[in-house]
Amino acid sequence: MEAQAVEQPAATPARSRALAATRSPTHSHAGAGRAVSLLLRVASLALFFAVWWGVSLLNAHVIKFFNPVLLPSPAEVLATGIKMAASGELLRHIVASLSRVLWGFGIAAALGVIAGTALGRSRLLEHLVEPTIEMLRPIPPLAFLPMMVLWFGIGEASKVAFIAYAAFFPVFTTTVEGIKYVDPVLVRAAASLGASDRQIFWHVILPAATPNILTGLRLAFGLSFFVIVAAEFIAADSGLGFLINDARTFFLVSNMLLGAAVIGIIGVVANVGLRRLESWLLRWRRESRGRA
Amino acid sequence: MTSIRLEAVSKSYTPGSLALEAVSLELAENSFTCLLGPSGCGKSTLLNMIAGFIEPTTGCVLVGGSEVTGAGADRGVVFQEYALFPWRTAAENVEFGPMIRRLPRAERHATASRYLSLVGLAGHEGKYPSELSGGMKQRVAIARALANHPSVLLMDEPFGALDAQTREVMQEELLRIWQQDKKTVVFVTHSISESIFLADRIVVMATRPGTIKEIVDVPLGHPRERSSPEFVALEREIKQLVREEVAKLGIM
Repeated sequence: MEAQAVEQPAATPARSRALAATRSPTHSHAGAGRAVSLLLRVASLALFFAVWWGVSLLNAHVIKFFNPVLLPSPAEVLATGIKMAASGELLRHIVASLSRVLWGFGIAAALGVIAGTALGRSRLLEHLVEPTIEMLRPIPPLAFLPMMVLWFGIGEASKVAFIAYAAFFPVFTTTVEGIKYVDPVLVRAAASLGASDRQIFWHVILPAATPNILTGLRLAFGLSFFVIVAAEFIAADSGLGFLINDARTFFLVSNMLLGAAVIGIIGVVANVGLRRLESWLLRWRRESRGRA
Repeated sequence: MTSIRLEAVSKSYTPGSLALEAVSLELAENSFTCLLGPSGCGKSTLLNMIAGFIEPTTGCVLVGGSEVTGAGADRGVVFQEYALFPWRTAAENVEFGPMIRRLPRAERHATASRYLSLVGLAGHEGKYPSELSGGMKQRVAIARALANHPSVLLMDEPFGALDAQTREVMQEELLRIWQQDKKTVVFVTHSISESIFLADRIVVMATRPGTIKEIVDVPLGHPRERSSPEFVALEREIKQLVREEVAKLGIM
């Protein structure tokens, strides 16, 4: 189910089922449809790299539109990557960025879930805290980055704090929603089976809010990567953001593209991993997804 | 011996208007009572007060001689919307009560299998609610309520969302289970035929405010034949009572 959803992100499950039903009475038809869509997907990527490669070769050797230094070919970027990987420099930057993201995200996840749960449970607390959160939330976290550097210095603390701040909001908001809107009939059912308030919280409210909380965590993880690059532009001597910004100073366009590509690859891998984890944790939802 | 006793119970949700007015009722132990009436007559309100989900504005509800102050394991509830925990399998749903009572794991498993086979769901232990049909979900919900050994079983239009065929099968199953495992059952419905098929006593409710219009004792033995003359005559009699109430609402 999950694999299918990844392959056909545009189709809702209900629609894709309907399509599958009208399109193919037999399995071989469905298989053929899947093969075509896979082929198109591969072609999309192949076309992207072909155009990139073509433009950069054409510009370097046939018609010179702009300085060839500005657009290295995919092969040059790959070569730079191999060289930097061999020297261990690439790994150092990846580890630096990842560890900041994990720390910042971890802090945001813990605080977001705890604060979100507390607010979702208590109306008084919600009235007390929510206006402030709603005031801060629309301000792009980047607006606070220079301040974070002033407050926490140019070391690791400012970057971790910055990521934690940015990632806190999605976790917090989705947790509050999840806790607040637990189906009251489930709470009644548990109470009539003899559960205490405490047991209702652990065995009903928290599991019922889990899908929401997981969505918030996945959004927050993506956001952490989003902001770490900016943080590393400003004050850092390591990390993928630093790699890109440092390369700019020396006009090493291959290094800049390499940094961006590595961030993209990490993002895709992390997202696939988190979605797998989510669909495993929420395996009870699997069958109901297509139903009305 | 009285199992459930309502003493002049009134409920008002908004000041100045009563959803339920001075209802007094006694239900014998192990009796099967249907609360029947059109929507808005307060039958669900009454059930929710016996369950302890809502408090009466005035009057009191006694179950087994003691006043109801909140929900409790002595009163099992089956809801129209099933209210299964979607993240727990059928067996884990049935095990919820035993888990709350901290019974050993082996005993919980045994209880779950026993009650799931009682409701005809042996072999479906590991399925999640999302993999079950409406009728199967309601069977799990009934098993979950029974596995907790309540003395009272409260059912709020439990078969209202099921198709006609499934509904009749479930009614027969419920009677079979009730005859095996006697409880005081309070069953809310707006289906006249359902109430005659199931109940010893039918409490026909009046609307605006909700009060008891008439209590009809069903003199028929089980199993009941829906097409028998006695059944049809009773159906006609009760239909007349309910019609008057619906007419009062100005819907017809």
